[in-house]
Amino acid sequence: MTTGHLHLAVALDGAGWHPAAWREAGAHARELFTARYWAKLAGEAERGLLDFVTIEDAFRLQSTLPDDVDDRTDQVRGRLDAVLLAASLAPRTRHIGLVPTATTTHTEPFHVAMGIATLDHVSRGRAGWRVQVSPRASEAAHFGRRAIPRLDPEFRDRALLAELFEEAADAVEVARRLWDSWEDDAEIRDVATGRFIDRDKLHYIDFSGRWFSVKGPAITPRPPQGRPIVAVLDHGGTAVPYELPARAADIVFVTPQDREDAARIVERVRAVPRDGEPLKIFADLLVFVGPDAAERKARLDELDGAELVSDAAIVAGTADELADLLLDWREAGIEGFRLRPGAVPADLKGIARGLTAALRRRGAFRHAYESATLRGLLGLPRPASRYATAPGRLP
Amino acid sequence: MTPPHRQIHLAAHFPGVNNTTVWADPRAGSQIDFSSFEHLARTAERGKFDFFFLAEGLRLREHKGRIHDLDVVGRPESLTVLSALSAVTERLGLAATVNTTFNEPYELARRLATLDHLSGGRAAWNVVTTNDAFTGANFRRGGFLDRADRYRRAEEFVRLSRTLWDSWEPDAVVADPERGVFVRPGAIREFRHEGPQFTVAGHFTVPRSPQGHPVIIQAGDSDEGREFAAANADVIFTRHGTLAEGKAFYADVKSRLARYGRRPHELKIMPGVTFVIGDTDAEAAELAAEIRRQQVSPQTAIAFLEQIWGRDLSGYDPDGPLPDIEPDLSTEVAEGRVRHHDRAAVAERWRAVAREKGLSIRELVIEMTGRQSFVGSPQTVAKSMAEFVAAGAADGFILVPHLIPGGLDDFVDRVVPLLQELGAFRAEYTGTTLRDHLGIAVPAGKEAA
Repeated sequence: MTTGHLHLAVALDGAGWHPAAWREAGAHARELFTARYWAKLAGEAERGLLDFVTIEDAFRLQSTLPDDVDDRTDQVRGRLDAVLLAASLAPRTRHIGLVPTATTTHTEPFHVAMGIATLDHVSRGRAGWRVQVSPRASEAAHFGRRAIPRLDPEFRDRALLAELFEEAADAVEVARRLWDSWEDDAEIRDVATGRFIDRDKLHYIDFSGRWFSVKGPAITPRPPQGRPIVAVLDHGGTAVPYELPARAADIVFVTPQDREDAARIVERVRAVPRDGEPLKIFADLLVFVGPDAAERKARLDELDGAELVSDAAIVAGTADELADLLLDWREAGIEGFRLRPGAVPADLKGIARGLTAALRRRGAFRHAYESATLRGLLGLPRPASRYATAPGRLP
Repeated sequence: MTPPHRQIHLAAHFPGVNNTTVWADPRAGSQIDFSSFEHLARTAERGKFDFFFLAEGLRLREHKGRIHDLDVVGRPESLTVLSALSAVTERLGLAATVNTTFNEPYELARRLATLDHLSGGRAAWNVVTTNDAFTGANFRRGGFLDRADRYRRAEEFVRLSRTLWDSWEPDAVVADPERGVFVRPGAIREFRHEGPQFTVAGHFTVPRSPQGHPVIIQAGDSDEGREFAAANADVIFTRHGTLAEGKAFYADVKSRLARYGRRPHELKIMPGVTFVIGDTDAEAAELAAEIRRQQVSPQTAIAFLEQIWGRDLSGYDPDGPLPDIEPDLSTEVAEGRVRHHDRAAVAERWRAVAREKGLSIRELVIEMTGRQSFVGSPQTVAKSMAEFVAAGAADGFILVPHLIPGGLDDFVDRVVPLLQELGAFRAEYTGTTLRDHLGIAVPAGKEAA
């Protein structure tokens, strides 16, 4: 019997995950590229006592085609950089975790690591990083440095995906070494000797890999959380399913279609060898919440001209129905859920108000935030720097 | 009748990771906690400053092969902290220093456009061209760029960024739910660029931002830097010199604009300056001397000397005379900072000054490595600044306080009101964007390729 409260996160993307969501009354889609719009969403999620929000991002324009842009004008197009958006939410929130998406495929690991470390500083310990890879030729063409074959939905290029995931694991390793490269007590402000830092507590990371080498140390002091949370969405499509999250992440988002599927996925995730804290398994669900949920979804499908499809299971129902389903999947080993609101703000409110109340009635959700940091909310300890040596012990 | 004063533009530089930032003072706060950035930015906004400025350093500085430990160390990723500051300010411009050697145009252009959106049109980019292999050890690109190639890459980078910012038409986002039109047909244009540094094509993901293009700042005094600024920049951040030097620099740079079809007011010249304020000029001078002593500790004095001499001088007494030994010109003891071009000449000049004035090592370093720009009572400082601008030596100043985070408070509380009384500085913000504050037009849509 699983006890304790569920972890809940919400995945923010534009006006919601339904392509016609921006057309709903109350959507305020013209404000999509303003800070005010996103601050309202984060505020709603925080009032609901959710663990964290993730923010979607990609190096390509949204499209209904696998690799090319389409010419549709009736769906949301355009996004802000997720890390910077998360940073602008930090002073406007106090407790909720902020987990932006940042790609590893075309970026500098050093810049990404320092960006996430800075997000942790400006949020005083609430940062995470949703690691994403970029398997599309169109995204590679935006950088012009690397050739990646055009994405073919009929042919899954497992070798390419494995390579991109391996590079992502290297980028995460670099980030963690950089975050650790300042020991917690590196800043000493010793007036007598004139030293601002104890240089022996700043460390070169000397990472040397297939795609990049990074010397270090970080330019940003150690983040408040020690190591910000790393999360990965994984559909189990590589030769060794879930290897990247098992090796590199603190949280994996998985996409089971039903309870039996959830149990199978949990079993496969747990089968991958891993050092350290057990990987936290969250299930992604695309949800429409409320007494009118099914009707709203049907209306949006009609506006878009197609039934909604998603890699995540789609659930439309009342808050109580959804709460019962989450608790049922918890029995299969799912520890938390990342909910994708079908339409914003209706389904975000449905999650943050209706669902949390329903879960509290079942004794399965918090009444108040119990920690100031995201690691604390997730029950993860703050790790010591790997470079710190115990007092009296030689390095 | 007093002739009308030219309007001064002011910016606040967050104190840097170098010896000018005093960390031993009890009032010195954290260099990384967000509250320090918030305090300084809010103070600048209260003072109606044009913008807040963050420098960049992509590898920790080293001295004699080891991480330099005497100065403030540790800084945020600039665009990330500026995005957080956009949430606690409303009008203040937000300027990040980001180099073109260890970044890619598509990614950086979308981050700058994002900051412009999040701040309602207040983003600025100080374009720098860090080029050394020392810094490159942290990046995929690694390696070294020849000096001329640095500026060629920067030029192409800026040109391509503008192409990206222009690839969404103004008002592309219609978001009309009744007609079901989110984006105007054809309003998101494909971009295509082929050049020596970048060959890219595709579609940008951020709509055109409130300023159209973020404001471009160029830091540098070299001939290449001046030419780059004349061609590309909205603001040039220079070293502060004498009034005569300022006027010569100003005249030279402004005269270069016409060759790029630009007019003099389209490039603001803003030297980086320090300031010390006292109740009287004499008191300010004393305070300035004390600050200089704080900025050059005995250990820092030796470190500076080692940079010139290229030798380990840790055995020398900082309160004693200069070493008799000759500089070792084949050895560089410092990494990650601007290098002295002719160390032999510097050493000779330092020796001459030390001999002539009877200075110890520490006193000499204090004398030779820094000079406060504006020192005096609030009246003296305000008058000096207004005169400098009125004389055509600058369009404004980038102020570098020596204390985190309260170093700007005195200036805002005691000098800004006097500048306003002189009619030399705005009493209120008259617009919402950084371009409004600087008097620079929003660029028209598509630029000619």
